[in-house]
Amino acid sequence: MTERSTMVTVSAEVAGQEGDPRSGQISMRCDDVAVKFNGRTAIRDVNFDIPKNKVTALIGPSGSGKTTLLRAMNRLHDLTKGAVVSGSIRLGDTDIYKGGIPATLLRTRVGMVFQRPNPFPTMSIYDNVVSGLRFNGIRNRAVLQEAAESALIAAALWDSVSNRMKAHASTLSGGEQQRLCIARALAVEPEVLLMDEPTSSLDPISMRLIEELLDELKSRVTIIIVTHNMQQAARVSDLCAFFLMGNDRAGEQIEVAPTKKLFSEPDDPRTLDYIQGRFG
Amino acid sequence: MTTGVIEGLPPDPILERREMVQRVARKTLDRRILVSKGMIGLCGIALLVGLVPLFAILYSLVAKGVHWWSLDFFTKTPQFPSLLDPNQIGGISNAIVGSLVIDGIAALFAIPIGIVAGLFLAESTSKFASLLRTTAEIMTGLPSILLGIFAYQMIVIGFDQWGIKLPGIGFSGIAGSFAIGILMIPIIMKASETALRGVPNTIREAGLALGARRGVVARRVIIPTAAPGLITAVLLAFSRAVGETAPILWVIGASTVVAWNPKKEMASMPLQIFQSATSPYVSLREEAWGIALLLVVVVLIVNLGSRLFAAWLQRERR
Ligand SMILES: Nc1ncnc2c1ncn2[C@@H]1O[C@H](COP(=O)(O)OP(=O)(O)O)[C@@H](O)[C@H]1O
Ligand SMILES: [Mg+2]
Repeated sequence: MTERSTMVTVSAEVAGQEGDPRSGQISMRCDDVAVKFNGRTAIRDVNFDIPKNKVTALIGPSGSGKTTLLRAMNRLHDLTKGAVVSGSIRLGDTDIYKGGIPATLLRTRVGMVFQRPNPFPTMSIYDNVVSGLRFNGIRNRAVLQEAAESALIAAALWDSVSNRMKAHASTLSGGEQQRLCIARALAVEPEVLLMDEPTSSLDPISMRLIEELLDELKSRVTIIIVTHNMQQAARVSDLCAFFLMGNDRAGEQIEVAPTKKLFSEPDDPRTLDYIQGRFG
Repeated sequence: MTTGVIEGLPPDPILERREMVQRVARKTLDRRILVSKGMIGLCGIALLVGLVPLFAILYSLVAKGVHWWSLDFFTKTPQFPSLLDPNQIGGISNAIVGSLVIDGIAALFAIPIGIVAGLFLAESTSKFASLLRTTAEIMTGLPSILLGIFAYQMIVIGFDQWGIKLPGIGFSGIAGSFAIGILMIPIIMKASETALRGVPNTIREAGLALGARRGVVARRVIIPTAAPGLITAVLLAFSRAVGETAPILWVIGASTVVAWNPKKEMASMPLQIFQSATSPYVSLREEAWGIALLLVVVVLIVNLGSRLFAAWLQRERR
């Protein structure tokens, strides 16, 4: 992978810390991010950096705005009436809302995997994997073929589908469909991959398979994963951001720390309460 | 406090309630089965009430109409019965060709317009979309003869008398196509909106999240996913339009020869039924049954065909 020249260097305070995932390059940066739906705040006070080629987990109870924040990062709220994103979210040096980058181009750089597998039902396995490339005007068959193979291998799906690429995506199991969706997102070679509880609708074996994948995918793409499964966050992530609803039911960032630290000695007592299961 | 014997325990409300539920459920079971059977019976009667007229119509159409189906019926043009042979009335090839051309042209412009408008209704939350939706609803409720008047003004006589240089083209097949097409558009629009809205939002977002523009998502993802519903929408609108008489009553003129040119006067099957059935000749009046049967068969085939095709398409995707 080529290094981007647009990376922001981190503050001296954390940079010196031993083993802090933030001591490397930064991929995305949130400054004072808040999202409102029709004037009602869903999440606010989001301030943290997402380290490049690491896994960052967003954890917190249901309704704390994790999905909302994730969808702000690829501007998926753009089409939601009444949704307003404030503050700044940067990808490299580009402010994704004010930097003049078209949402479609942004989304080729920041891919997404959803909570439930959502392969295109009319398309074959192959067509699903290369759909993102085709949507963006890439027609060259050799290029498509190569990208498909690379993405399917990366998603640990190549061995089981390489001989039935023309089959419909719906012939795959739920876990395979989700890995197909991962491959589909990877095929456009995004810099960042957003994953919204990607294993919550899957069986434990499929879940483990995807968790193991993340470790290998890190070198290829920066991962931001929402999970309400704390064991999962502990297993897969390098950095962890914890959110909680304030008194007005709006989600807030409570603490961001290297995963090890957050799960062993968090700074905020509310974090400790949550990881010890003291919130409903 | 307690003596340790069972009688001494306080009554358990949960156990008591469980017993009560079981007791009542068992006691009322027979009655509930009876009510259920009675309701199923009523449904059956309602079904019969609906089906009897349908089959009565089909039966009388077949009984009175099918013997008119001959080679002449399909290949010849109408002629007045002679005194020697009152059954020598030719055929209705002019009406078959007329219907084919008129409805074909109508479909040609109504289908794309209807689907694109339906896509707009399904995808847009703008004020204009809801205005358009209301308009479409009103239009499907309009008496279809109004479309005939509209087509008469727009296509047949034009606007010369208002001093606008838009001459009409006279009685013509195209005027009929115009009226039939206008009739089809709101039907297709509403039905395709429903079909397109049926596409799960997660599929839509999957496309957007890959960097596709909305138009690309619509064309490459949403429309293909909704295809079975769209095909049904189109064919239902078509089968409705094929049988419409009022919109074309006074705009396509009358032609007793086979005419393929839509700018000329034409015949059509529903109109031919009307003309035959009101003619002074007994044999022509009877022949109307044969034409009506043909029309019904076409509508049935289109209907059944669309359903089978949609079901097949759905199955193909499993
Ligand atoms: N499209 C929307 N319109 C209105 N409110 C929304 C929308 N999406 C999310 N919300 C609200 O935002 C809050 C946070 O939701 P969400 O981000 O889904 O939480 P989480 O993913 O942490 O469970 C919830 O109160 C939810 O009702
Ligand atoms: Mg969520």
